[in-house]
Amino acid sequence: MSKILMKGNEAVGAAAIKAGCKYFFGYPITPSSEIPEYISRKLPEAGGVFLQAESEIAAINMVYGAGGAGARVMTASSSPGISLKQEGITYCAGAEIPCVIVNMMRGGPGLGSIQPSQADYYQSTRGGGNGDYRTLCYAPSSIQELVDYIMLAFDKADYYRNPVLIAADGMIGQIMEAVEFKEPEPIELPPKDWATTGTGGKRKPVIVNSLYLQAEELQEHNKNLEKKYKVMEENEVRYEAFGLEDAEVVCVAYGTTSRIVKTAIKQAQAKGIKVGMIRPITLWPYPYDIYKQIGPNAKGILGVEMSLGQLTDDIKIGIAGRLPVYFNGTQGGMVPTPGSILAEIEKIAGGTK
Amino acid sequence: MHDKRLVIVIGHYGSGKTEFAVNYAVKMKEIYENVSIADLDIVNPYFRSREKRKFFEEIGIKLSDSSIRNTAIDLPALPAEMMGVIANPNIKSILDVGGDPVGARVLARYAEQIKNVEYDMFYVINGNRPDTSTVEGVLKYMKLIETTSRLKITGLVNNTHMLKATTVEDVEFGHELTKKVSWETDIPIRYEAVIKETADKIKNQDIIEKLFPINLYMREEWMS
Repeated sequence: MSKILMKGNEAVGAAAIKAGCKYFFGYPITPSSEIPEYISRKLPEAGGVFLQAESEIAAINMVYGAGGAGARVMTASSSPGISLKQEGITYCAGAEIPCVIVNMMRGGPGLGSIQPSQADYYQSTRGGGNGDYRTLCYAPSSIQELVDYIMLAFDKADYYRNPVLIAADGMIGQIMEAVEFKEPEPIELPPKDWATTGTGGKRKPVIVNSLYLQAEELQEHNKNLEKKYKVMEENEVRYEAFGLEDAEVVCVAYGTTSRIVKTAIKQAQAKGIKVGMIRPITLWPYPYDIYKQIGPNAKGILGVEMSLGQLTDDIKIGIAGRLPVYFNGTQGGMVPTPGSILAEIEKIAGGTK
Repeated sequence: MHDKRLVIVIGHYGSGKTEFAVNYAVKMKEIYENVSIADLDIVNPYFRSREKRKFFEEIGIKLSDSSIRNTAIDLPALPAEMMGVIANPNIKSILDVGGDPVGARVLARYAEQIKNVEYDMFYVINGNRPDTSTVEGVLKYMKLIETTSRLKITGLVNNTHMLKATTVEDVEFGHELTKKVSWETDIPIRYEAVIKETADKIKNQDIIEKLFPINLYMREEWMS
């Protein structure tokens, strides 16, 4: 299929439908409202159900129900709406319900602004809900990646019986870009014999639940979850990296910010500075190991994010004290400019060559 | 064919209305002393012409936008000076309207005033958008927008593009599509909007006659 122009939020809907999503429950919020708008029009045409819930909390619990019955299901929102869903997300994680949750992040905390932000990094990677749980989290940097990773997210959710988050900033939702809908690589998925689809009088009822009143049993459940998370850490880390071996400065950024950083890197290279880059595509599991490839010429690492140093914490874990870590960020919905990043790169490299 | 003093730019969501309207305003500033662009987009939260306030001020184009002075609010507030912008015979006015019927609804509020003056309403077509890649798709949105706005489309603008990667083929595909729409509706093609880099490579004489080379004012350098 050839390329077409789509707005990020529309592409979310189109990708989900192509991935076989049959249910969408949500409540609109800027800057992700075009997702329910698009899906409300297109999902019924594909034989699915769109339902505008009375609240975000209701929507995520509908996701719990549909996912628990084995259906491919998605919800989407923006930061304050995703905060409301946290209880449901930890329930889904606890009950091991596959589902896809899209967050088009906007400025925070609280109601914040409607402009792009990446300040839900902690929430996306450390979990905003209670308990020891993890959610696979993709951070696309273009509409093409958004589409590719949403389709993959449905497979991964089913494969691991786990919620999968898409953490994108509002810019990804609102920007228009060329996109191509490629056929995803088929992966073998386990049968959903745990789903509450009715016994048909042939088997015992199954229960999908996150309540374990016996501490021993709950500890056992936690240990099983841990095993699953370890496998995800082993197999699901994704990143883009270049120029690490001889870099004087290494920039780390994800999502929209990574594209601005790449523009700044080109400008720095034109001035003779060697700059490498690490772009996490999965925010969890995080690509900590790639930091080992940073060569001896590096003078420092620069984290660039539309938040107050949340990603920068993971950079510090990755570099493990080997190099100084600098932070360059914007907040509240401000988008960084290549110029400010270039200035920071030059400072760390020790001036223009 | 001369454009009327009042030009309204409408189209399907994401067709490139704002980019065309901004470029058109800049072009008109070369000819007219008093040029005004009104941002009536109450649908999009990002990529609205009001974000370019400083740019317009620098080149002396008057920008009318939400009466609430904030680029980051999606509250549908309209500027009070709209009546003047529509009626004042001394202002070359461009109305940049939000996409789809939902965006065009704002025009219905001014329809009676607009009908009192001579106006052009340009419908921007991007054949690379999935819902307007066929004649039927384009016609459907045209009809819906006309009905909602209670105004008549007077000209078509082929703005078929792939952002900075627009090829001559994209433009030609859009031209053929727009020509068919023009045939069906009896509404003339008025402009063929093409980014400057690609405009130089166009050979088709039909397109060249109405060629309107544009800059991408709304796309930052890091955007595709």
